[in-house]
Amino acid sequence: MAILFYIFAAVAVIAGLNVVLQRRPVYSALWLIVVLCALAVEYLLLGAVFMAFIQIIVYAGAIMVLFVLVIMLLNAHHEEPTHGSQFAQWLGAPLVVALLVEIGVAVWSWPGAAHVNPPPLRAGPKSVGDLLFHQYVLPFEVTSALILVAILGAVVLARKES
Amino acid sequence: MVPLSYYLALSAVLFILGTAGFALRRNIITIFMCIELMLNAVNLALIAFSRFLSDLGGQLFVFFVIVVAAAEATVGLAIIIALYRNHESLSVDKLDSMKL
Repeated sequence: MAILFYIFAAVAVIAGLNVVLQRRPVYSALWLIVVLCALAVEYLLLGAVFMAFIQIIVYAGAIMVLFVLVIMLLNAHHEEPTHGSQFAQWLGAPLVVALLVEIGVAVWSWPGAAHVNPPPLRAGPKSVGDLLFHQYVLPFEVTSALILVAILGAVVLARKES
Repeated sequence: MVPLSYYLALSAVLFILGTAGFALRRNIITIFMCIELMLNAVNLALIAFSRFLSDLGGQLFVFFVIVVAAAEATVGLAIIIALYRNHESLSVDKLDSMKL
């Protein structure tokens, strides 16, 4: 199992690098789908079966299709290099390295980071649904209102002005 | 079993890649995809914590994050379409009409 973690962690990091480095948005989108699928495998390794399939179906299936559709609709080609902001060129890389060091120190010095073996967690659709519709039923209902607002907002925003 | 800190390290690396892309890229759709990358890094951390603390609540949080990300993607992409219609460009350098 550990070897699968390393393989798919490497896949996720390489694909994530490509998301950032590719010049064409559609390539970035395709590499982002690779990241999402690699993370779904990591979820499976962590026993989160339901979340792994939600990740594939909703994220890689629905959200990314929306992205690719918009990229093709707007005919997004190569991006021009920046001429305005010098901030990213001079301060961006040092700030990223500083953030990396800070998060690395925080992760490695955390006392709970020792090798522990937690008991297996049953996280199939049944137990997740149980929790969702008992303890988390109010957030679930609020979420439906959020989705309704998002649908209306998308229709209003993308409408052609008359 | 792979220790928790390895999952958190992977999550941190992906989050920082997203942050770097957010700062470096000029295409607004790519910037939006970098935000999705950061959301996914956080999701991985939540699921790892849920596993190692034996608490299913973390997975429910991921569920809600995915739902909110779907709503965010619809509204965000609609805003991008409206922007493109008004400016004929996706480069954030040209979208400076609110700058002082």
